[in-house]
Amino acid sequence: MLKLRSGENMEIPKSFLGYKRENGRAGTRNHVIILPVDDISNACAESVANNIKGTIALPHSYGRLQFGADLELHFRTMIGTGSNPNVAAVIVVGIEPKWTKKIVDGIAKTGKPVEGFHIERTGDIGTVMKASRKAQEFVMWASEKQREECPLSDLWISVKCGESDTTSGLAANPTVGNLMDKLEPLGVHLCFGETSELTGAETVCAKRGATPEASKKFMKVWNSYNNFILKEATDDLSESQPTAGNIAGGLTTIEEKAFGNFQKIGSCKFIDVLEPGEEPTKGKGLYFMDTSSAAAECVTLQAAAGFNIHLFPTGQGNIVGNPIEPVIKLTANPITVKGMGEHIDCDVSKILTREMNMSQAGDELIKSTIRVANGRLTCAEALGHKEFVMTKLYRSA
Amino acid sequence: MPQTDLIIHDEKDNVAVVVIDKIIKKQTCNGWIMENDKSITITSINEIPLGHKIALQDFKKGDTILKYGHDIGKVIKPIKKGDHVHVHNVKTKKW
Repeated sequence: MLKLRSGENMEIPKSFLGYKRENGRAGTRNHVIILPVDDISNACAESVANNIKGTIALPHSYGRLQFGADLELHFRTMIGTGSNPNVAAVIVVGIEPKWTKKIVDGIAKTGKPVEGFHIERTGDIGTVMKASRKAQEFVMWASEKQREECPLSDLWISVKCGESDTTSGLAANPTVGNLMDKLEPLGVHLCFGETSELTGAETVCAKRGATPEASKKFMKVWNSYNNFILKEATDDLSESQPTAGNIAGGLTTIEEKAFGNFQKIGSCKFIDVLEPGEEPTKGKGLYFMDTSSAAAECVTLQAAAGFNIHLFPTGQGNIVGNPIEPVIKLTANPITVKGMGEHIDCDVSKILTREMNMSQAGDELIKSTIRVANGRLTCAEALGHKEFVMTKLYRSA
Repeated sequence: MPQTDLIIHDEKDNVAVVVIDKIIKKQTCNGWIMENDKSITITSINEIPLGHKIALQDFKKGDTILKYGHDIGKVIKPIKKGDHVHVHNVKTKKW
């Protein structure tokens, strides 16, 4: 596809307008979040967010009696979400003080304002009152923050596709790949995941490791997933991968779906393989993260790793959003654009009629990305999509 | 430029994807190869809807389907050039 990527390219902007944070990162959003440590603290967190306008509660379903790697992932996701540069300040609410403090201390390392409240011995009403006072102070402080010019390299871009069909692999996913090819040399951080939906393309994907260690680490993660599938499968997986929707859209096998998925990374190489929700530490470039292929779980993990803007190509029309990381949708399917246009930020369907080439589509997506980074709401934000879904590795004790 | 009916990812591919609403029986279709910007024509045997694949050659049982220049599955029933390629005649090699 090299030929299509050359030719007349637009000049890529060198900067965007973001919120500079205490730890040197930059945010594309300025949220004050009310973060429940556990399921039973959701009501309290939601009451605080209801009292104090401009704050946002992130209710979820877990956080009790988890243990081992599953508990570590819970803490990593909580602390990572609070630490994300799209978040200005955090109120943490938990049932008991110990785990609450652990999360507060983790977020405090970024230098941003964070305070924890626990419900035991005070009750919901007293806790809501105390936490609301602090939330008011935080949101009024955050409201004075101004957007400033930030280098493009302050963008950390995560990607994940969903409700795919053959137009995804033909056009929407390669558009994301074209953007990666253009932005990777400019020093941005990039992240793709979806361990399960690389099945069939796993050996080709492994060869994209920038080092033998990265390739080896990828195969280890994929093999571990595949062994789990083979152990748990009760029937031929052809019944569920591809899905009935995928098949109706023309996708025949998991291999075909995987190679379509894989178009999202363009010709980039990944420098490291991340645990779910793990923050990248090897500098600029592309990372692979071990994630589920379920949209909300994947985006939640990428946001917890510090990614501040998300690109989501879709075929049949996935509508996912995230409370802290803006999710930009693109599609090449003209039927999806026509039927559910309110969900589509970037229409690249003209690739199919050859009125647009891949490089032009990549440029359009770069423009959309920078507009959203500067503050333009995504369709998902305007429509109120705030899916925050914790990944759970196994059942609780 | 004539209307493009089919898109082929890679010149090694032996299937193409329908990118118009549908192609009808015995239609002469224009295909465009993205990788090298070349064009081909092929005559369809059946009606094939948007997003579905057409065979660019004859296949016998056990042959490999190539798309994106890669193996995406095996042929389980003979397929004629111009035929609809999908779950009724192709299966994954994974399971």
